Amino acid sequence: MTLALLIAIPLAGAFVSAVAGRSTAVARVIALAASLGTAGVAAVVWRAYASSAEALTYEFTIEGAGSFLRLAADGLSVPLVALTALLGIIAVLASWNVERIGAHMSLLLALEAAVIGVFLAADLILFYVAWEAVLIPMFFLIGGWGHENRRYAAMKFFIYTFAGSALMLVGLVLLVVQGGIGTGMPAAPLPIEPASQTLVFWLLAAGFLVKIPVVPLHTWLPDAHVEAPTAGSIMLAGVLLKMGAYGIARISIPYTPDAFAAASPILAALGVIGIVYGAAMALGQSDLKRLVAYSSVAHMGFVVLGLASGTELGLQGAMLGMVSHGLVAGLLFFLVGALYERAHTRDIRAFGGLGVTLPRWATIFVVASLASLGLPGLSGFPGEFASVVAGFGRFGFVIALAGIGIVLAGAYTLRAVRLVVHGEPAATSAPVDGVQSAALGDLDARELLIAVPLMALIVALGIWPRLVTDIAAATLGALASLAGTVS
Amino acid sequence: MIPLWFVIVAPIAVALVIAGAGRGPVRYTRWLALIGPVAAAWAGAERLAGAGRETGVAAEAVSWLVTQAGSIDVGASADPIASIMLVVVGVVASMVVIFSVGYMAEDASQPRYFALLSAFTAAMTGLVLSTSLVGLFVAWELVGACSYLLIGFWFTRPSAARAAVKAFLVTRVGDVGLLFALALLWRETGTLVTADVLAAVPMLAPATITAAALLLFVGAAGKSAQFPLHVWLPDAMEGPTPVSALIHAATMVAAGVFLLARTWPLFEASETARLVVLVIGTVTALGAATIAVPQTDIKRVLAYSTISQLGFMFAALGAGAWVAAFFHLVTHAAFKSLLFLASGSVIHGSGTQDLREMGGLGRAMPLTAATWAVGVAALAGLPPLAGFFSKDAVLDAVWVHAPVAGAALFIASGLTAFYSFRATRLAFSGTFRGAGHPHESPLVMKVPLVVLALLAATLGAASWWFAELLGGHAGLAVPIAVASTVIAGLSAVAGWSLYRTGPAADDRLAGALGGLWRAASGAYGIDALVMRGAAAAERGAAAASERFDTKLVDGLVRGIAWLARRVGREFNELQSGEGQLYAALVGAGAVLLASLALWLGR
Repeated sequence: MTLALLIAIPLAGAFVSAVAGRSTAVARVIALAASLGTAGVAAVVWRAYASSAEALTYEFTIEGAGSFLRLAADGLSVPLVALTALLGIIAVLASWNVERIGAHMSLLLALEAAVIGVFLAADLILFYVAWEAVLIPMFFLIGGWGHENRRYAAMKFFIYTFAGSALMLVGLVLLVVQGGIGTGMPAAPLPIEPASQTLVFWLLAAGFLVKIPVVPLHTWLPDAHVEAPTAGSIMLAGVLLKMGAYGIARISIPYTPDAFAAASPILAALGVIGIVYGAAMALGQSDLKRLVAYSSVAHMGFVVLGLASGTELGLQGAMLGMVSHGLVAGLLFFLVGALYERAHTRDIRAFGGLGVTLPRWATIFVVASLASLGLPGLSGFPGEFASVVAGFGRFGFVIALAGIGIVLAGAYTLRAVRLVVHGEPAATSAPVDGVQSAALGDLDARELLIAVPLMALIVALGIWPRLVTDIAAATLGALASLAGTVS
Repeated sequence: MIPLWFVIVAPIAVALVIAGAGRGPVRYTRWLALIGPVAAAWAGAERLAGAGRETGVAAEAVSWLVTQAGSIDVGASADPIASIMLVVVGVVASMVVIFSVGYMAEDASQPRYFALLSAFTAAMTGLVLSTSLVGLFVAWELVGACSYLLIGFWFTRPSAARAAVKAFLVTRVGDVGLLFALALLWRETGTLVTADVLAAVPMLAPATITAAALLLFVGAAGKSAQFPLHVWLPDAMEGPTPVSALIHAATMVAAGVFLLARTWPLFEASETARLVVLVIGTVTALGAATIAVPQTDIKRVLAYSTISQLGFMFAALGAGAWVAAFFHLVTHAAFKSLLFLASGSVIHGSGTQDLREMGGLGRAMPLTAATWAVGVAALAGLPPLAGFFSKDAVLDAVWVHAPVAGAALFIASGLTAFYSFRATRLAFSGTFRGAGHPHESPLVMKVPLVVLALLAATLGAASWWFAELLGGHAGLAVPIAVASTVIAGLSAVAGWSLYRTGPAADDRLAGALGGLWRAASGAYGIDALVMRGAAAAERGAAAASERFDTKLVDGLVRGIAWLARRVGREFNELQSGEGQLYAALVGAGAVLLASLALWLGR
């Protein structure tokens, strides 16, 4: 029942907010209450799973018609559900002052419900429905509240991911038909006939890899991020990208382990390409938001590399990478959004010396940047470390190419810090767009309420990654032995 | 005994307190930054005093990541070399904190400064105490981050902001080497606990050992500014001078030497790796010494001198004499931090870093001049100061192992004495050539100078104690000692007398040496090359993003979309605007989906 609440609460909030959200105050209260409630239930689920280490399940059964809405939560889904619930609150707080707030909050909560649905689905059809349901609110969030090129970006986002998920649907259908299995997803599914695995795997991968995204299927991402409103970016980077990696771990590895093993060198290559390419592209950006967007491609590259290794350490690395990226990218997109609200530009060259004029913003931005470049002691490091070590163990020195991306990550992040935070305050150094940064206000109490907890979690996870891996270990260990037992 | 966790955790807590308390009480809170260093020095000294009785120190360990195949553990313990490092870090950091109270007295951002100093102490002690390579790597990168934040301390200066980024990125190239050394050792040995990894060395394939050792050395070379990864250290002088003394002379840059000493069995087992270390160390020692000669910025002289001296240490490591290298690390920490702090006092008192604008400071700042003189004599390797003993040990080891490298190091030590006394004469002798009135520094800055000068003068006696504690042979190699004293003495006299005329001597030397002088002044263009490469990479990335990502990859997709639209146009007849038709289609689709779902879900 608790699992159903995780979807029902945000969905109800979305409904109420849409109907009664003409008043700003009502919309805020409802959205905040719904997101807090969801997070509360997520915490309960976390504790329940942490103490019993048995998957939680829920089924809604109608006599004679079979069961619907099969949900389950195990070590793979619990951390991601918690992340979604947390970022749900953050996204609500970050869109405190948007226009047409009722509709905005409604879409945001619907999005949260759909994403949680993906992570909890224990039925292939429900998985697919939730997967597609994510698209709709996101599409309208970008299209309705985005920036100048929002229509183009929204369409591109839709077409890309829709094309991917169409192939994924075919893959799911084939999986059920060729595999001769039901649509329910048992806790430990049996692999399907090896002969049919390859086709099913790649059809599914089409959907998953677009979502992650891997190069060269990534070009929807920078546009979607740049145009999306802040809350949209937070959810998009924070949790939507994880759906692809989750799909691989949840469906591809257990159902098509042979095909996964055969494809893992390709996946690893895609991961490393993403790490290097995403970082190189980020280095070339002058739009701060686009820079963070490309850095997401690089970070998800580490996640893909960890997954591809198929080892327990690698899977833990992927999980850590996902949670960390959710926190770090969420924080960075929030900070960039807060800056844009004040300066109405995201051009790196327009700023400078914010360390003097916006010390609070600058301090948090530096911490988030250091986390993003994978500094030990902050959350980015454990995941990258585990993924690289596991990837190296499986694929050897070719993974050393990822080292280029690691150096470049330092380059693009610190370049941004140097141009935005360091230097003379821009008002005196003749910036491109002439942003009078001296006139900008620093982060206020609400904004600190968003940023400081995220920062605290980033530090905590960096020091003690077992906050996440202890929850995930049993499930990931079982997955790894599936991925490792194949010929 | 002070527990080891306290040595790491206390300075972190102190850093938070100092930063949290802010500007108001910083006059008092800045003294808290002494807690970490004093605790470290005390803990190290305690353990060294008891070293004879207590050989194995139990490590506190926790598992940082756990898998069924094995766990990645972190822990802390203090063996003799870690204890020595604790004392070194603790003493130098204490002196730097005290000195900074005077040096940074006028700075508005003192809370940030002292918090970062304290955080650095925590990371550095974590580095030396770590029982696992992962813990070491974590601390290794954290000292780098503190270094980044302190080099860029005056971040409104674009040159400081650039230097900070440069330092971080160049050392990060090395860090990637270290990361893959860890990955390789994890794959081959299934553990990252240092002792277990080293115990497994005899079981490893020779190629694996060499690869791991070389990757470790890449990391060490980045941190310790060895050719060609040395380019960041001279720029790092943009940071406040006490920071240069602590991080960029005594402790962090010596971490590479410590790393190799820590993982010595790997190097012992690989002659190839040792040869590479020897060559790189010798090239660095000699090359940086030549570059130090024509520098006009007093801190850049010291920076290249540091690179050169670190090269001496690596040469000794390459020759197999890790104890000699480690001994030189310790004495160098004393006399080089002394020289940096003295140069800080000079800068503070004269208002300039340019040797050509100094002169006559011996009269204005007698104590600074006297302590500086101790420092340069130790650096030049004149007996009986500390540097004499440790450099003798290094030269002896390298000469016996590889005479060519030994000869190069003899030349390098001659150059060392020459540039040391050149700088001394330019700064302290003659008449003041700058603006304003130079003055001696306050007491709080003088005390650390005196303490470090005493250490720089007497640490040579520790040679015997080192041999007893760590192995290796004690005492002097007399022929080497005589030769090096003669070379250093003559070069010192040459440097001193040649610069009787002040900066004009530079021009005469430049005229005599021509291209060589110019090349050395410009650090042989390596730095310019690296910077051009970096700038090109950044421009290239921007261009590639525009051309490749936006036009090609995206264009390809747009092409497909265009194709799809063409196809779609064929279906346009369906879009007749008939509401009923749409409704029917939606209905049909829904039925189709529903039947699919029912059929699949049966």
